[in-house]
Amino acid sequence: MAQLLQIHEPGESPVPHQDDAEMAVGIDLGTTNSVVAVSSEGQVEVLKDDDGQALVPSIVAYAPDGSAIVGELAKRLLLSRPDSVVSSIKRLMGRGAEDVKSLGGQMPFDIEPHHEGESQLVRLNIGGHALTPIEISADILRALKDRAEAHLGAKVEKAVITVPAYFDDAQRTATKDAARLAGLNVLRLVNEPTAAALAYGLDKSAEGLYAVFDLGGGTFDVSLLRMEKGVFQVLATGGDAALGGDDFDHAIANHFLEQRKAGLGETNLSAGEVKVALMTARMAKECLTTEDSGEWMLTAGDKQTKHALDRATFNDLIRADVKRTVKICHEVLTEAGFDPMDIKGVVLVGGSTRVPLVRETVSQYFGSEPLADIDPDQVVAVGAALQAEALTVGSDTLLLDVTPLSLGLETMGGLVEKVIPRNTPIPVAKAQEFTTFKDGQTAMAIHVVQGEREMVDQNRSLARFNLTGIPPMAAGAAHIRVTFQVDADGLLTVSAGEDTSGIEAKVEVKPSYGLSEEEMSTMLYDSMANAKGDMELRLLTEARVEAERAMLAVRAALQADCKLLTVGERETIGEQMDKLIDAIKGTDRDAINAAAEDLDKATRVFAEKRMDKGIRDALTGVAIDKLQSSVSDGENA
Amino acid sequence: MLDVNTQSPETHLKPCWSCKGPSPATALFCHTCKAVQAPASVDHFARLGMEPTFDVDVAALDRLYFDLQRQLHPDRFATKAPKEKALSQRQATALNDAYEVLKNPLMRADYLVHLLGIDVLPEGCNLVHDQSILMEAMEMREKLMMADTQDALNAIQRETKTEIDDVLSALSLAFAGHDIQGACRLTTRLKYLDKMMGEVRHSRARLMS
Ligand SMILES: [Zn+2]
Repeated sequence: MAQLLQIHEPGESPVPHQDDAEMAVGIDLGTTNSVVAVSSEGQVEVLKDDDGQALVPSIVAYAPDGSAIVGELAKRLLLSRPDSVVSSIKRLMGRGAEDVKSLGGQMPFDIEPHHEGESQLVRLNIGGHALTPIEISADILRALKDRAEAHLGAKVEKAVITVPAYFDDAQRTATKDAARLAGLNVLRLVNEPTAAALAYGLDKSAEGLYAVFDLGGGTFDVSLLRMEKGVFQVLATGGDAALGGDDFDHAIANHFLEQRKAGLGETNLSAGEVKVALMTARMAKECLTTEDSGEWMLTAGDKQTKHALDRATFNDLIRADVKRTVKICHEVLTEAGFDPMDIKGVVLVGGSTRVPLVRETVSQYFGSEPLADIDPDQVVAVGAALQAEALTVGSDTLLLDVTPLSLGLETMGGLVEKVIPRNTPIPVAKAQEFTTFKDGQTAMAIHVVQGEREMVDQNRSLARFNLTGIPPMAAGAAHIRVTFQVDADGLLTVSAGEDTSGIEAKVEVKPSYGLSEEEMSTMLYDSMANAKGDMELRLLTEARVEAERAMLAVRAALQADCKLLTVGERETIGEQMDKLIDAIKGTDRDAINAAAEDLDKATRVFAEKRMDKGIRDALTGVAIDKLQSSVSDGENA
Repeated sequence: MLDVNTQSPETHLKPCWSCKGPSPATALFCHTCKAVQAPASVDHFARLGMEPTFDVDVAALDRLYFDLQRQLHPDRFATKAPKEKALSQRQATALNDAYEVLKNPLMRADYLVHLLGIDVLPEGCNLVHDQSILMEAMEMREKLMMADTQDALNAIQRETKTEIDDVLSALSLAFAGHDIQGACRLTTRLKYLDKMMGEVRHSRARLMS
C-alpha cells in the first residue's frame, strides 16, 4: 500500500475520476509473440524494448524459486533448459488435461494429477512448479504491463486484450482470468481480426464490406466486416483452429526428409532431429518469401544432406493448404449471402500472410490487392490500443461483434440443440424450454456445449450442472427454461429455472476449465505480495465510482426539483452529501458505502415527492395532448 | 401503419433507479440525471422507434439500430459504475433481439402475424395445415434429392429464390390489406422455402467436398 500512496502528494487526496485519465493499453497476447501498444489521440505507439524489439516472444522461463523470466531471455534458455521453459501456452488456454494429451508431443511437460476440489484446468509441471496456462499467460501479461509502465512512467491497470475470433468461451474466460491475475482490468476482449481492421482506420474512412484474412502460425481465421458511418459491424466469422504457417513448415520438412530418404535410404530420426528439420524448413519458407530459390543443409545423426527448393516447388507443397483457406473464405461469404465481388478490400493479418502464394491467392479470389502496409505482426496490437483509447476517452466509432461459434445444450441421444447460433450479434440472451421425460423427475442434468457439429461429443464441452429441486410432476409437465446470455466480450452465462412451479433454481455456470473464485483468490494471493492490497484498492475504487454516481444523481434531482423540499429536508440532504464527500476522500470502503446508504435514506421522501409531481404533470400533459389530438382529428375529418 | 395494441407509454412513469425521480417508462435515459434505464417492455418495432409494418426499409432500420447502439452499447459504459454497465448490456441485448427479428423478412413476418393475430388466430399461426403447402414442400424435397450436379442445385436455388420473392410481395399486400389469415399462410410457405434454401446450401457443400 505504501507504494501506491506515493502517487499522491502529501495531503492531496485522490481526485475523483482519476481513473478516467489513466492510460489503457492494447495487448496482442499471441501464441508465438505478444505485443503491447498505447494510443494517444489516435496516434499509436508500439512499445519496444531497449534493443528496439516490439515483439515479446510468448515464452516464459521459471527459476527454481518460481520467479518468471519472459520474452527474448526466456527464448534463449529454451534449448539449454527445456524442462523449465514454456512456449505456445496460448494453445492450452481454457483446455483440460485430455486436450493436452491430444496435442501429443508438442508439450514436453508432465501433467500434474488432478486433485479433489480443483477445477479441471490442466496443470503443467514446469521446473518443479505446478502451473496452469492461466498463470503462465499472466506472467506474460505482467511483463507487457511492466514494459508499458516503464514506458509511460505511470501505473497501467486497464487493457484491451485481443483473442482469436474462434476462441470459445473457456478460452476467453481463461484470458480474462490471466489478465486479472496480472493486475489488469480488461475493458474489453476484442477479436483479433476486428482489431486489425480498426488498425487500418477502416472505421473512419471506409464504407462497405471488408474481409480480414488472418493466417497465423497454427490458426486461420476470416471475418467479414461491414463499415458504415463509423459503425463497425462484424457480419460473420469462420476459420480453422488447426491450419497455419506451421503446416507450411511441415510440408517443406517432409519434402526434405523424402529427398533425404531417396538419397540415404530409410533412417530413423530422433524427435530432436525432426525439430532441426522443421527449423530448417522454416528458414527455407522465410527465405522463399523474398527469394526465388535456395539451398539448405540438413544435419541429422552423422549425415549431412543438401536440399534445393525453388518458389514453384514450395508453392506446390503448400497449395492444398492455401486452397483450404480460400474455401473457408468462400463458405463464410456464402453463408452471409455475399459474393467475392461484394468485398471492397481485404486486410492481411498474421506472419504467414507474408508467403507470396497466400497473397496471390487471396488477391485473386477477392479480385483486389490486399491491405498489408501495417506490419502483420503488430497490426492487432495497434487496433487493440485504438480500441483501448476509444473505451476510456470516448469515441464515435462503434464496434458490433458476433458470436463466433454456436452455443447449445445436449438433448436426448447425444444430439445438440442450438440455443444461440453462430454469427449472432452480441450482447445476446436467448432462452430455450425443456421438459422432464420421467414422472416425478426432480432433477435434470444440463450440459452446455459450443460448436457447429450435430453430436455433443464432436463439440466443445463448456460446462455441466444439475438443476435440482424440480417439484415432482407428470412427465412433460415441467417447463424448464434455460437462458444463455453472452456479453459484449463474448462470455457466456447460463441460468436455468422451472416456470410452472414458480421455483427459481438458478445456477450460474463457470466453464469447466476455468478457475473457481477460490482458486483465483489463492493465486492472486500467491502470485503477488500486494495482491490483497490490489484487491482492496479495486473494491475501494468501485465504491467510489458508485458513490460519485449516486451523488451526481442527487445533484441533478436537486437542480430539477429543489423547490419540492422544505428547508429542513434540504439541509438534511446537504449534510449527508457532505458526509459522503468526506467518506470518498478517505480510504475506508465500508464508510463510503455506509454514507451512500445514508444519503439514499435521506432522499427517500424527496424521491416520493418527485414521483407524485411527475404523475401530476404527466396527467395534465396527457389531458392537453388528448385535447390537441381530438382537435386535429376533427380537422382531418 | 398497422394497428397494433399498444399502451400509450407516455402516461407511464417509473422511478429512475439512480435519482429515484419520475422517468417515462420507455425512456432510454433519465431526463433528470441522464442515467441509462432498464429496457422497457415494448414490441420490437417500438424498440427501434418504428411503426409496425412488414415493409421495412432495411437501410432505415440499420440507421435506427446503429443510432441506438451508439448510445446504449456496453462499450459506451466501459468506465462507468457496474450498475450502469449491467443496464447497458440489457438494453443492447434487447436492441439486438429486436433488430435480428425485424431485419429478416421471415422472422419479421412471423413476428408481425403474432403481434397482429393474437385475437384473430386462436392458436397463433400453428393451426394452418395447408395441403398445397405440404405438397409443394414434398415436391421440392424430391427434386433436391435428385439433384446431383452444381447446375441442378443452381437451378433449384434460382427457382426457390423466385418463389421467395413472390411470397414476399404477396406478404406485403396481405399485411397492407389486414389479411392476417393470408399472411399467416404465406409465412408458413416462406418457412418451407427458407428451409429449402438452407438445404440447397447444405447439398452444395456436400457436393463440393
Ligand atoms: Zn435519474
